[in-house]
Amino acid sequence: MAKIYSENSKMNKKMIPKDETINFVLNYSKALSVISYKNLKFEALLN
Amino acid sequence: MRKELISDATLVSSYIEGDESSLEILIKRHKQRIYSFIYSKVYDRDVAEDVFQDTFIKVIRTLKLGKYNEEGKFLPWVMRIAHNLVIDHFRKNNRMPKFQNSGDFSIFSVLSDSSLNAEKAIIKEQVEEDVRRLIEELPEDQKEVLVMRMYQDMSFKEISERTGVSINTALGRMRYALINMRKVIEKHNIILTN
Repeated sequence: MAKIYSENSKMNKKMIPKDETINFVLNYSKALSVISYKNLKFEALLN
Repeated sequence: MRKELISDATLVSSYIEGDESSLEILIKRHKQRIYSFIYSKVYDRDVAEDVFQDTFIKVIRTLKLGKYNEEGKFLPWVMRIAHNLVIDHFRKNNRMPKFQNSGDFSIFSVLSDSSLNAEKAIIKEQVEEDVRRLIEELPEDQKEVLVMRMYQDMSFKEISERTGVSINTALGRMRYALINMRKVIEKHNIILTN
């Protein structure tokens, strides 16, 4: 039987970011609010 | 299952209108492609996480500030942001290369803490005390020149003006002061190294 010596490439594994990273991004989104005043827009990070 | 059917454009619109869960769906839908793309460029898990995070911070800010225009598609737009941030990362690293420990060589083997430890500090103090005692043994004129030059950091011109002798005489006194000190050091086998 033929032996396969080649290793599986790292890229074959599922490459997904950590849950913490995703949670950080989602929390950042919830915390960020944009306040509009006339033509101006202000960012406020409410954490 | 129903959520999968909602298009990216619809999710983006509802996110802009304030529906936070739409963003979650968008991220979960595309995280693998975006993260793989970043990793394929940077080949470092931690850097890929950072770039992924920064990409979505930029996405969120742009969407919330109302600067997003629905000309292209959502995913290519996010990929473009990620691509630009990967370029930024490499630019930053070129200016300030990061040294990574590769296991067989540690940067700490060539870097050392230059401050003296307690033992060396005591030795330094003793050596300085010995030198001061040697200086005390010198003839007054030589001692005067040596103290002005070494401890008060004066030039020979200044020393000659202060002591009222020529520069050559001051130089000569300095020379004899050093010769005499060396003689005493050799005679008594004094070790003045740390």
